[in-house]
Amino acid sequence: MNLDSKQSLNRREFFSYITVGWVMFSASVGGLLSLCFRFTYPNVNFEPEMEFLAGAPTDYPSGVDERWKNLYGVWMVKQEGKLIALSNICTHLGCIPNWLPAELKFKCPCHGSGYYMSGINFEGPTPRPLERFKIGLQPDGKIKVDKTKVFRWEKGEWDSPDSFLEV
Amino acid sequence: MLRELFNKLSDPIISFPLVTIGFYLMLKHYKTFGSKKFAYWTVAILIPVTAWFLSDHNFFSIISTPDNIPIIILLVCVAFFTWFALHKAALNDTRIEEGLGPIEATPENREKVWSWPNLVYTELFAMIACTAFLVVWAIVFKAPLEESANPTWAPNPAKAPWYFLGLQEMLVYFDPWMAGVVLPGLIVAGLIAIPYIDTNPKGNGYFTLKERAMAITAFLYGWLVLWVYLIIVGVFLRGPNWTFYGPFEYWDFHKVVASFNVNLSEIIWIKTLGIGLPKNLVVREIFGIILSLAYIVIIPPWFAKATRVGRNLFKDVGAIRYYIFMFLILMTMSLPIKMILRWLFSLKYIVALPEWELNL
Ligand code: FES
Repeated sequence: MNLDSKQSLNRREFFSYITVGWVMFSASVGGLLSLCFRFTYPNVNFEPEMEFLAGAPTDYPSGVDERWKNLYGVWMVKQEGKLIALSNICTHLGCIPNWLPAELKFKCPCHGSGYYMSGINFEGPTPRPLERFKIGLQPDGKIKVDKTKVFRWEKGEWDSPDSFLEV
Repeated sequence: MLRELFNKLSDPIISFPLVTIGFYLMLKHYKTFGSKKFAYWTVAILIPVTAWFLSDHNFFSIISTPDNIPIIILLVCVAFFTWFALHKAALNDTRIEEGLGPIEATPENREKVWSWPNLVYTELFAMIACTAFLVVWAIVFKAPLEESANPTWAPNPAKAPWYFLGLQEMLVYFDPWMAGVVLPGLIVAGLIAIPYIDTNPKGNGYFTLKERAMAITAFLYGWLVLWVYLIIVGVFLRGPNWTFYGPFEYWDFHKVVASFNVNLSEIIWIKTLGIGLPKNLVVREIFGIILSLAYIVIIPPWFAKATRVGRNLFKDVGAIRYYIFMFLILMTMSLPIKMILRWLFSLKYIVALPEWELNL
């Protein structure tokens, strides 16, 4: 019996079976891989906008303003006649520092780096100050913050007229 | 009062030297440390001390966080197995001194058994016990569920998983490139390199300290003092803003610790020489660069010439192994060195070149 069934499968049939088998196998593996590939792209993108309008310069009291922190990751700091848009990403390893109003400093919860209101680092392991974003006035008097352009202190970029607003 | 004292003592500035001294004493007097009497006494003393510790509210609340309980179990295991290895090593070393072989080499211990059923049964039993333990664990302790991830907000303190807290503690003293990439990479590479560097044929299949003193000391220092101790600090003694909190201290978010850090270049050019920082980056950091290079390049050959340990080592393992070994040791020692410099001089970076993302 066993022998019969073996003999009923000739060479040509065997190859057609195996071709079908291979095609199905490759198709399913390919499908699975393409699903995996699709999975690496998020369905919804929560990335904060890179540009936003931040109202009028008079909206901000002097000191640190946290209204854009959760939405865009930006602190607006008004100090000594300047309004700046300060990044809220620690320059040590990228944690999110907290603003401590009582101590007048930003303090990082990850390894304890501390920054002055201006963004200059003074304690903890961080090697350089917080970064500033490009800030400018639109013709209608609204502030526009552009996060695609950063200004780094150690490169001497904080003197650039785009890095602050005179108020 | 006593609690205050414990809070003070556990500050890394004090506890790190204490742990290092303790480590030295432990290996120096390992025959005492590894004796059963010592173990019994330690346990006898530790039980009331632990009870007293647990009676403190702040201590208890840190210890009993569901996340932290397995860490405590692991720490107990680390302590036990360290003692156990030294206990066995002490017995064997005494026997070897008397001219008898190690216990593992006695005829009755040389007898061989089959892996099936002897080993497989033990493994099966261990598997079942582990599973049962984990099931009970999962029922008793709930996994903490936190709010959904938010890229513009971080919990305070933000802690890595416990096994990475040694690295996180290292990051307090180093640039992310060093503590996050170079040093962990060297740890892995160094562990892989051990069998190629270590040419000592002794200690194969039996416990001993005396015949492998250098290897065991070097490894255990890195493991117990620079890894496990830092994990303890990171898990139990670091609170909001990564500030240090003693074991009995309340995690007060407003605890202010002044820690104004300066770079070596600032100390030398501004404080000592009284002139401003030079404009040229390399000139500005030249002292740090020279010091770091000297540390890596000059110490190994000097050590091989000037000290007896170095000479013997050089002779035993050959030049290439010697230099690799010394390089790994020097990199290991860079952590305690930087910790001490930070504590003594508020030194932030020896070479600070944020313009090139290079800070040592
Ligand atoms: S990430 Fe902020 S201190 Fe390390």
